Amino acid sequence: MSSLSYAAPTSVNEAVGILAGAQGLAKIMSGGTDLLVQLRSGRTKPDIIVDTKKIPGIMGIKEVDGGFVIGAATPCSVIGEHAGMNAAYPGVVEASGLIGSTQVQGRCSLAGNLCNASPAADSVPAMIAARATAIVVGPGGQRAVPVEQIVTGPGRTSLAKGEFILEFHLPKPAPRSSDAYLRFIPRTEMDIAVVGAGVSLTLDASGVITDARVALGAVAPTQVLVPEGAKALIGSKLDDAALAKLDAAARAVCNPISDKRGTIDFRIKIAGVLARRAAAIAYKRAGG
Amino acid sequence: MTYLNKADLKVVGTRPIRPDGVDKVTGRAVFGADQALPGMLVGKLLRSPHAHAKIVSIDTSKALALKGVKAVVTSADFPDIASEEAFVGEGPMNFRDLSRNVMARGKVLYHGHAVAAVAATTSEIADAALALIDVKYDVLPFVIDVEEAMKPGAPVLHNDLFTQGATPQPTEPSNVAKRVQFALGDVDAAFKTADVIVEGRYTTEPVHQAYIEPHACVVSVGADGQAIIYSSSQGHFMVRAYCAKLLGMELSDIRAMPSEIGGGFGGKTLVYLEPVAMALSKHSGRPVKMVMTREDVFRATGPTSGGVIEVKLGARKDGTIVAAEAILKFQAGAFPGSPVQPGCMTCFAMYDLKDVRIIGYDVVSNRPKVAAYRAPGAPISTFGTESAMDELARKLGMDPIELRLKNAAKDGTKAAYGPTLQNIGYIPTLEAAKAHPHYSAPLGPNQGRGVASGFWFNIGGESSGSVHVNEDGSVSIVTGSPDIGGSRASMAMMCAEVLGIPVDKVRPVVGDTATIGFTHLTGGSRVTFATGMAVTQAAEKVRDELKVRAAKIWDIPPDAVDWKDGMAVPAGANAGGFEPLSLADIAIKAAKTGGPIISEVSVNAQGAGPGYATHICDIEVDPETGHTTVLRYTAIQDVGRAIHPSYVEGQIQGGAAQGIGWALNEEYIYNAKGELDNPGFLDYRVPVASDMPMIEAVMIEVPNPRHPFGAKGVGEVPIVPPLAAVANAVRSATGMRMADLPISPPKLRAAFDAR
Amino acid sequence: MSKIHVTTTINGEPAEFLTEPQMSLLDILRDEMHLTGSKEGCGSGDCGACSVIMDGRVVCSCLVLGVEAEGKDITTIEGIATGEDLHPVQRKFLEHAALQCGFCTPGLIVATKALLDRNPDPTETEARYWLAGNLCRCTGYDKIIRAVMDAAAEMRGA
Repeated sequence: MSSLSYAAPTSVNEAVGILAGAQGLAKIMSGGTDLLVQLRSGRTKPDIIVDTKKIPGIMGIKEVDGGFVIGAATPCSVIGEHAGMNAAYPGVVEASGLIGSTQVQGRCSLAGNLCNASPAADSVPAMIAARATAIVVGPGGQRAVPVEQIVTGPGRTSLAKGEFILEFHLPKPAPRSSDAYLRFIPRTEMDIAVVGAGVSLTLDASGVITDARVALGAVAPTQVLVPEGAKALIGSKLDDAALAKLDAAARAVCNPISDKRGTIDFRIKIAGVLARRAAAIAYKRAGG
Repeated sequence: MTYLNKADLKVVGTRPIRPDGVDKVTGRAVFGADQALPGMLVGKLLRSPHAHAKIVSIDTSKALALKGVKAVVTSADFPDIASEEAFVGEGPMNFRDLSRNVMARGKVLYHGHAVAAVAATTSEIADAALALIDVKYDVLPFVIDVEEAMKPGAPVLHNDLFTQGATPQPTEPSNVAKRVQFALGDVDAAFKTADVIVEGRYTTEPVHQAYIEPHACVVSVGADGQAIIYSSSQGHFMVRAYCAKLLGMELSDIRAMPSEIGGGFGGKTLVYLEPVAMALSKHSGRPVKMVMTREDVFRATGPTSGGVIEVKLGARKDGTIVAAEAILKFQAGAFPGSPVQPGCMTCFAMYDLKDVRIIGYDVVSNRPKVAAYRAPGAPISTFGTESAMDELARKLGMDPIELRLKNAAKDGTKAAYGPTLQNIGYIPTLEAAKAHPHYSAPLGPNQGRGVASGFWFNIGGESSGSVHVNEDGSVSIVTGSPDIGGSRASMAMMCAEVLGIPVDKVRPVVGDTATIGFTHLTGGSRVTFATGMAVTQAAEKVRDELKVRAAKIWDIPPDAVDWKDGMAVPAGANAGGFEPLSLADIAIKAAKTGGPIISEVSVNAQGAGPGYATHICDIEVDPETGHTTVLRYTAIQDVGRAIHPSYVEGQIQGGAAQGIGWALNEEYIYNAKGELDNPGFLDYRVPVASDMPMIEAVMIEVPNPRHPFGAKGVGEVPIVPPLAAVANAVRSATGMRMADLPISPPKLRAAFDAR
Repeated sequence: MSKIHVTTTINGEPAEFLTEPQMSLLDILRDEMHLTGSKEGCGSGDCGACSVIMDGRVVCSCLVLGVEAEGKDITTIEGIATGEDLHPVQRKFLEHAALQCGFCTPGLIVATKALLDRNPDPTETEARYWLAGNLCRCTGYDKIIRAVMDAAAEMRGA
């Protein structure tokens, strides 16, 4: 007989109450595509699993004032099928669409991808570049946290005991803006990102970049913003000089490890390559 | 008799639906882990956390005391077997090594080596019991790399291992188990006559067979010592033989039942779980089921060797190769037995060479014991020799196919490994490659084209098949060959052809060890050849008996009856004016004409025709990321005679895909602690659907006269050329010779940077 | 904690079972419901051999808890054919010899059905990417993709 218990609360308050009262290790489950792997391998041995999917609002996408509210546990396949998201945030859509296989897409979520706190999580650089905000709920109520402030290190987040993410907010996109995400993997599918790069750009009527955000994944203990890269792009029409500066800035922020998926040297170089290529895609999408 | 005239064939060469097909597309087929017996326990293994350590003690008392635990076994529960070489699987096997691989005795030799096992009423209790087993280790230095393992002073795995074949015979133990040599002529003198010499050093990493079905078995041993084994393997007679030896039982005390097998590629030609489950079942008195996790599969089964291949070729300006040499160093894993010998024998077998020398070393290190993998040894050694051939063609300014044609083995060529080759179809594969539109199609920027060839012996050996005419005229076939990729279809087709009946009147099954005569395992590309020969002969005996029965019904001499289109007919006008008797007509009257009509034939088939293939591969590289994409792939192979062409194409396509994976992304990655760092499908990167182009399989038919239908083995040779074909294509696209596999993106990008 | 009672629908039939919290839907299907057509190749969502359709979406049943099946509609390989009539995808896999050992086949057929339910006219590239999570080690995928494309054409009436 197992000592593990399972709860599927149907309200935020109930969930917060269960988490507050939990003895031992409580694991929050959205799609479960990371959690079940860790359970099975024995890497995590929780005392309770709290399945959030029955909490109202945590599944589904709403358009609010031109922006988007994405339920934290919404399967990524649902995001991929959302016309509004595809038009406004193609980079977020393509990033979330890269998590796992078709089978995993039907289950995996932005909250799970974020809170699993892997430096290689695909959706996170794109969400950071898009200035996404996480709505965190817990015993202390509700707070809005920029996505880049959630992960603090491999497997670690800034969420306090009893807290979980209810939804993500994406702002109304500015006119002539768009985003893109690219990752590098050895195969064409089914791998963990060796490097990921998300870029969000806004252009003026003449095609000059007026705003930019660049974020990288899998090149440091957490996803990292590349402010110098953004600075290099702003004011340019994405000419070769701007791209070279972006490449250099991207490489400069990298602090990767060598492991079975790539070497330090390779990751640093690829970070520059992908930042450039993602910027070019975002620029074109934004109408440049 | 033989049926070599293709125009006469009605069934062989067509593409019927395979007889086990519906079961496989509806989920009804029973694979290893699908079997269940009442009262079954769950068996699990405790595995070594160290790469190399002495086992000081194992205390199982706490585990045994746990409620729900019914048995715990260690090596003390198995007989300590003396060293004895046997040939039961796909290569030589030492029973003592096999026993110690199944359950470590005295020492653990790799991370993941089994040290103890439990049987419990539930999976959770079994896990808890494993955690209660207290093993004390004395950790030893370890060695992973093959050349490191060969160095003096390297940690020695086996104190009683002295290099065989070395002169003088060493007096100190080492990790070099064996040195082998094959040679023709005087190589050293011949190199002096060469106008051009190329030399290269090539390496490959160990790769796993990566069948999708993990090893699984259910074993039940009765109080009378009679055992039944349900398991997924490439040979249930092999399972029976190994279990009997490892447990000290008689063969007749064990009945081994073949389940459907979810891929093997050589990796299921030995036992891992069955002897352990048998010991647990003996101790507990209950059936025991054991199923590996994917991590177990990667850590403790397979893989094939990684190797170092040093090649030297000397040629005249006109392209004639005057001398060839290769030195191969293969990792065997924890026990001797790498496929270095077949690696040596195959690597130059495509060429007619008068002066050639191949030397091989079989080297142990702290990795899992290697198992056969599709054409064992040949892809590794041929990667070196066919990469070197590409370099030679470049140095000579010759087309690589022309160079191969100039030196190609043909009927009458004396191979370096001994025999004089006959009825081979290598040159036709080269000519077909040269004429194929693929070979002259234009290439774009960053694209390249590579060509490589390969050879595999193919084997025959012992097989049994029986053919039963049922009372209604339908026909049943039993063979002893596990069907790993559609062989039941081929058996039914050959039988139907002989009997002149539609193939859907013939139902083939795989019989267990008690219901059909001894049959060597499914491996060596032998089933269609050897088991097909047994089935064909059994069908012929049945056909002869049907004529005898018809003669009885007509009351004429048997030689006055002919068999035509599934019917007995009078042999001529003088035989009498009888209406033809169908097989069913005769079957219905069998009781009155002499009883059931059946035949079982056992053969030791000889004369398997060697297989040759030539592959053309187009790739595109991304110089900034080092990523390689395979754009187009054509695989041309002499198949003898394609019995079921779709499944022959399937073998060619599947072998090519595995070779592409080997070339580009598959590898065993070890960390500093000597642990395998990628024991899962996430980071052991087999090709996925989106990685692959269509693979055009071109079948050349040079029939093998030693088989009734002309068949040659087809399953293994297609994995031999792709490694070099891919590397030669990368060379063509980039100008860089990637001599170390896999050509993974970090490696290729680093090569670009170093240029 | 005691076992949890789950009421669900499997292959169109009401079903119920008792599960411990850590048990996967695959464990339940294979060990409790005796539906062994869904296979375990990895247990980590990397091979797709355990694919089932849950509320219209293909998922790895090894990555779903048994308890999550409550109120869901689940289709396994055993529910793809209608009585003796094979689904076109099953038939095309046979006609094209799109299987060798057959172990990955149930997952591939379930995933292909889910693809064609959603996208009746996929390109070859779309089919390859949709099925990238279904590993096959035997075929090199060639005949599988041909079977998928041919099944799609037949189902469209093309």
